[in-house]
Amino acid sequence: MSETQNLTLVQAVRDGLATEMELDDDVVALGQDIGANGGVFRATQGLQDEFGEERVIDTPLAESGIIGSAVGLGVGGMKPVPEIQFSGFMYPGFDQIVSHMARYRTRSRGRFSLPMVLRAPYGGGIRAPEHHSESKEAFYAHEAGLKVVVPSTPHDTKGLLISAIRDPDPVVFLEPKLIYRAFREEVPEEAYEVPIGEAAVRREGADVSVFTYGAMTRPTLEAAENLAEEGVDAEVVDLRTVSPLDREAIVESFKKTGRAVVVHEAPKSGGLAGEITALLQEEALVYQEAPVKRVTGFDVPVPLYAMEDYYLPNASRVEDGIREAVEF
Amino acid sequence: MSTIQRDPEDRVQVLDEDGNLVGEPPDLDEETLTEIYRDMKLARHFDERAVSLQRQGRMGTYPPLSGQEGAQIGSAHALADDDWMVPSYREHGAAVVRGLPLKQTLLYWMGYEAGNEVPEDSNILPVAVPIASQIPHAAGLAWSWNLQGHDDTAGICYFGDGATSEGDFHEGMNFAGVYDVPMVFFCNNNQWAISVPRERQTASETLAQKADAYGFEGVQVDGMDPLAVYKVTQDALEKARNPDEDQLRPTMIEAVQYRFGAHTTADDPTVYRDEEEVERWKAKDPIPRLESYLRSEGILDDDAVAEIEATVEEQVSEAIDAAESEPRPEPEEMFEHVYADLPPELREQRDEFVATVDRHGKDAFLEEE
Repeated sequence: MSETQNLTLVQAVRDGLATEMELDDDVVALGQDIGANGGVFRATQGLQDEFGEERVIDTPLAESGIIGSAVGLGVGGMKPVPEIQFSGFMYPGFDQIVSHMARYRTRSRGRFSLPMVLRAPYGGGIRAPEHHSESKEAFYAHEAGLKVVVPSTPHDTKGLLISAIRDPDPVVFLEPKLIYRAFREEVPEEAYEVPIGEAAVRREGADVSVFTYGAMTRPTLEAAENLAEEGVDAEVVDLRTVSPLDREAIVESFKKTGRAVVVHEAPKSGGLAGEITALLQEEALVYQEAPVKRVTGFDVPVPLYAMEDYYLPNASRVEDGIREAVEF
Repeated sequence: MSTIQRDPEDRVQVLDEDGNLVGEPPDLDEETLTEIYRDMKLARHFDERAVSLQRQGRMGTYPPLSGQEGAQIGSAHALADDDWMVPSYREHGAAVVRGLPLKQTLLYWMGYEAGNEVPEDSNILPVAVPIASQIPHAAGLAWSWNLQGHDDTAGICYFGDGATSEGDFHEGMNFAGVYDVPMVFFCNNNQWAISVPRERQTASETLAQKADAYGFEGVQVDGMDPLAVYKVTQDALEKARNPDEDQLRPTMIEAVQYRFGAHTTADDPTVYRDEEEVERWKAKDPIPRLESYLRSEGILDDDAVAEIEATVEEQVSEAIDAAESEPRPEPEEMFEHVYADLPPELREQRDEFVATVDRHGKDAFLEEE
């Protein structure tokens, strides 16, 4: 039996990084304030002391420079793990992400792979200023060449981060900062992988499939438990990877229940929920017993925090969504 | 000519416009000098043929390099075998010096992904189209050598005058200074970013002076003087490998030069610049300049020049034949290399499309050439 530690999600990020850096000298972390300061969320706390300034690197304040130089580090044979302090600040580096990070393997016809992991805290709910609460995973999921991972538990966070670092292709690793410290879980001390592209069934159920990921997993599970008392048996599937989607798991669950709800905090239009709905149409139409219900953020800029609680889907909205799907 | 577009007389120069020695020449043997001349002739002839291919509808949009051979060939020759080159999209001449077959360059501009296949032993990154976006890559690549302890490797990163206005120029140069990386940032200042002249690009008197802000040297060189370019690049590479105690490894070189032709074959430069200006710069053409010097030194004569011209023409013709004989890529090649392992959804898209093409036949998809 491997030893375990009782860790929060953000501690699991740190532990995943430290574990893989210990095993692989090519792994370097870089970003703003990640060294002496240990990251603004402490995701890299103490790592610079452990691995030195050449492996845990404080950079100038420059998102495009961080991502673009990480591309160069990757081409040069390193496995860079750049951190962008908040996902809302990715955009100065967006060109580097979509024009280069996503395309280097294709453009070089396979000569250069880019084993880099772009980490960023993402999502709402922490009472932060403007640009600190967005969920824009669909931007990255839309881009061929990238993989996009959103963990929802400490155990998955470490295993997915290790898989992402070992993956030969670039991964955008979005960390739901609302639940960075929401709960603890036993996490093995040793290195282990949670495979990218595999969903996890968090609650088995027979009546309706609820697909979600990241910070929305918790209110979704809460809603499912509440409705269980009313006799509605909801299955909750945590996607864990939003690109590539675990199509098999999604379709399999839906074939069992014939009803689906998709929950995400990102805006509704053009979001992953639309993609999942289309997938169900394509693959499992004959099993469908009700319209697919989307419980999502609204198509508005994420409001400042006085209205944030109205914007983010909560258990009440998820319950309504599930009822609608079940009662159709 | 604007006050900013000064004559290159006050820059690092070895040969004047007529090929007379006006500075200390780099220490090069006759063979290398002849190679530099030959490679410039090759680049010029290739360029003329490429433009002509585009005009005949045998190639897509192409960015010509005529006028810029001195900067490209002179600098590329200064690199050591293991050094790296980070190009923009106009460095066909530098690329051939570094071992990229002409056929590859032709294929790329003919729309073949395979054109970006750089031979394994050739240290060249693929073409970067978004302006200045390769500069952070160059900084990161050279940084990886520092982190891996490769003390002897250095590189050159090419970009144009317009790129110096981009944020990525600043961010990449800044990282290069902060992490003291062995990279030479080589600005091909050809005076025009499509239609925007150099003096509308920045209020800085020179582009080279921008290096000051990053803590390392910037130097202007006559970019149409291949020997001066060679010398400055060689010095910059030497400093990248073995800097003095008070020096940082990076250098920015501003190679002042002129693009004789259009930005790309889709551009008409007569709309924004006058012929008189073009003619004035053509007087500085790097090729006759070096030729005149090499003749005066007894390194070249009529026979040698004729032979070089004949072999260059043959080499370009062969490359064109080879590129034009390349079979059209199969539709499934679109899906190759997107990921190391194709995700199931993408496999499905590929297989479905291949079946569709089989069902209808390729002619149903391909436009008449």
